[in-house]
Amino acid sequence: METTYCDRCGEPTGTGTHDSCRAARQLEPPRFCTHCRRRMKVQVVPTGWTATCAEHGTLAAH
Amino acid sequence: MSTSSVSVLDRARTRVLAEGQGLEEADILEVLRLPDEDIPAALQLAHEVRMRWCGPEVEVEGIVSLKTGGCPEDCHFCSQSGLFSSPVRSVWLDIPSLVKAAQQTAATGASEFCIVAAVRGPDAKLMQQMRDGVKAIKEAVDINVAASLGMLSQEQVDDLVDMGIHRYNHNLETCRSYFPNVVTTHSWEERWGTLKMVRDSGMEVCCGGIIGLGETLEQRAEFAAQLAELQPDEVPLNFLNPRPGTPLGDQPVMDPKDALRAIAAFRLALPRTILRYAGGREITLGDLGTREGLLGGINAVIVGNYLTTLGRPATSDLDLLAELKMPVKALSATL
Repeated sequence: METTYCDRCGEPTGTGTHDSCRAARQLEPPRFCTHCRRRMKVQVVPTGWTATCAEHGTLAAH
Repeated sequence: MSTSSVSVLDRARTRVLAEGQGLEEADILEVLRLPDEDIPAALQLAHEVRMRWCGPEVEVEGIVSLKTGGCPEDCHFCSQSGLFSSPVRSVWLDIPSLVKAAQQTAATGASEFCIVAAVRGPDAKLMQQMRDGVKAIKEAVDINVAASLGMLSQEQVDDLVDMGIHRYNHNLETCRSYFPNVVTTHSWEERWGTLKMVRDSGMEVCCGGIIGLGETLEQRAEFAAQLAELQPDEVPLNFLNPRPGTPLGDQPVMDPKDALRAIAAFRLALPRTILRYAGGREITLGDLGTREGLLGGINAVIVGNYLTTLGRPATSDLDLLAELKMPVKALSATL
């Protein structure tokens, strides 16, 4: 599936460099679905996180 | 070393290290104003104070958000306010996931697990979720359970005591004089009122705040002095991590040297409290900052992730503690 949107700021990945977003993501979970730009439901726990898009499913890091 | 700093650090050596009394506001301000070359001496003294009055143990804690986002309050630093265009959405953690998070926290050797909710104060639904969640945790995990649920009524304080909550977190966030610049939907005095009820209930009081909200050095010293007046059992020290969409989203990350001055100053103001490294340490001080803080007055850490942002892996902090020969405070030592 094509990645269209930045998972941190939600703006199109083709617009700007998103370098600062990539740097910030080292210490943040994703917030936007890269496919549809929906704000995801994100749950952070001490050892990981899950991020759920109502349309495109759940991402997780543990 | 500058003349003035010799003076304030000498005074601190007598008053704080030898006698165990915190610095007063004017001297806290002097520490916050120390020239760069005197920061190592201030951190060294703060470390000696911590070792003398608290000991070598480090208290390890994990935190988790039971109810994220959608908060009606307007704390200008917070991505969980429903009043700002933050990307953080409202979400509840279910009980099995809460218990699993407590188990994972305990597996790091942590003695504390703090359940946090983004609310003005708890409603009946949240209190029921707490009752169910704390009961399930206590049946599954041997760990102290703390809570942070905003402002409380006396009845809610009593309920939390009945649940077995051993420590309650309610941060004043900043000094009284600067608070209206940061929060307008409730007052500093309302927070103080909750803290007084918590103290009177017998629960331990956890109260700190965020450094780098735009307060002046005078206001930072005022905050440390006000915390010293409260005498909390624990002070979590956060550094602003500017969150997108919040009113403080464009505030610069604070100078790491100012962060180190603040660590030393708060320890010298609060020689006997648990001073915990909390959110923002990674972005403000980098990986090396954890070491400097632990050798500069800090004696507790939040391990792993925070509520909406990520932290260093717990193993990085635990490895560092082993290297520094600082034992993790055992659960038995807290009971």
